[in-house]
Amino acid sequence: MTIKPGEIAIVGAAESTRIGTVPDMSQIMLHADAALNAMADAGLKPSDIDGFACVGPMMPQQLVHYLGITPKWVDGTGVGGCSFMLHVRHAAAAIHAGYCSTVLITHGESGKSRINATPRPPEPQSLQGQFEMPFGPMGPPTLFPIPVLRYMKTYNVTHEHLAQVAVVQREWAAKNPRAAFRDPITIEDVLNSRMIAYPFRLLQCCLVTDGGGALILTSADRAKDFPQKPVYILGSGESAEATMVSQMQDFTSSRAFRVAGPEAFRMAGIKHGDVDHLMIYDAFAHLPLYGLEDLGFVERGAAKDFIWEGHTRPGGKLPLNTNGGGLSYTHTGMYGMFALQESVRQVRGIAPAQVPGVEISVCHGVGGMFSASGTVVLSNQRP
Amino acid sequence: MSLEPGRPRPEPTPETRHFWDGAREGKLLLQRCKDTGKAYFPPRPFSPYTGSRNVEVFEASGRATLHSYVIHHRPVPGFKPPYAIAVVELEEGPRMMTNIVDCPQTPEALVLDMKLEVAFTKMDDEITLPLFRPAKGA
Repeated sequence: MTIKPGEIAIVGAAESTRIGTVPDMSQIMLHADAALNAMADAGLKPSDIDGFACVGPMMPQQLVHYLGITPKWVDGTGVGGCSFMLHVRHAAAAIHAGYCSTVLITHGESGKSRINATPRPPEPQSLQGQFEMPFGPMGPPTLFPIPVLRYMKTYNVTHEHLAQVAVVQREWAAKNPRAAFRDPITIEDVLNSRMIAYPFRLLQCCLVTDGGGALILTSADRAKDFPQKPVYILGSGESAEATMVSQMQDFTSSRAFRVAGPEAFRMAGIKHGDVDHLMIYDAFAHLPLYGLEDLGFVERGAAKDFIWEGHTRPGGKLPLNTNGGGLSYTHTGMYGMFALQESVRQVRGIAPAQVPGVEISVCHGVGGMFSASGTVVLSNQRP
Repeated sequence: MSLEPGRPRPEPTPETRHFWDGAREGKLLLQRCKDTGKAYFPPRPFSPYTGSRNVEVFEASGRATLHSYVIHHRPVPGFKPPYAIAVVELEEGPRMMTNIVDCPQTPEALVLDMKLEVAFTKMDDEITLPLFRPAKGA
């Protein structure tokens, strides 16, 4: 039997107690801190969990041992910062298949304090080590924006358009006490901030923080017995393209987005007009533009005007990245978990910058430099 | 032009050795799927279009256009900021990451779709990097 929209629900969700700079927790403890908070949210103990997922460098076996969990289903899918969207999708399938009944998904990353964080530069024998690293990239700020100039030329996107993305997200962050940056900024502030990798300046690049998050999933039939209002998973999608940004097929669009997004909509049986709230993983300022277009919310090339005209800002018709996003809220390195947390909060109706009447939220993640993608559709109503 | 010391050094593998051997001899070697006639990169001994092993190595023209880039402003071992990290589109179709030499590293000088030509630059006795420069007469 095919999995049905709303058959699986999120019944526990929490971030680590603190995010930002957390110098008194190692990476594994950031996972555990979030896991303990999510279990408290769901009223569960480690012995109630029988499925577990997390993404490397932390392996699932490290966490199940640390937390005292005996899993009969394990997933270590690691495709970068959207791995959690894939974990949600895989966990839903596993629960549907009867492999397990209650899945815990954790994230923890000491991205800023770097306590037991393991940076892994590409091996010189890997394809990226041979065909990208010799030309001077140094991490995501030098790689992720590589397609941007081509996108700008193709669709007449200006530096001001790309600055506006950061300005609008700061408007959301201003409403969120946990956001790292809350002071309002202008387009001029963005365009006068320090140049990192042209065309992007500091305020168009994500934060680097410490933090964690965790989710607990079970079947919707059991979900009504939990203390929190269930958040139903209506649909999901996933895909992958290339490790090397230089090899993405189309510099103005992500193939992985174009596969994952529509699949999630198809599975959920929803149309774009049904979406009340949207999260698009914003490691850098161009991501929301690509996401809006590749998920079909607007035509190709129309995202710049959609954001410019205010449709994604507070009070707009499609509230986007309402926690402030990776640009202003937090970004540990693998931000996808925080995008999911915000979607859950909005659907539960408890977000700091709550959008009135959210029923359906779409949460879209990217992994690596357009390497992979995962999309999850959440709702507080079971179809 | 010579390279600053400290630049990350590629290590050839059995599947990529021919590319690096070619670069050392001043040849930009691509591969072609013999079933579809389409060129591809990076190297692998089978076609990414069909899965067939019916492929061949051939020498590319070395002509390319500037597809996209960033200009990095922060220090990296082996590089003097600001420097462009570019992706060029080869005349034969595939794209590759590279650096643009003999050209100011500015948005004004680095114009998308400008014509380029390969500029092989020796790293050491084994490794020569295919960098690119503005095409003569362009």
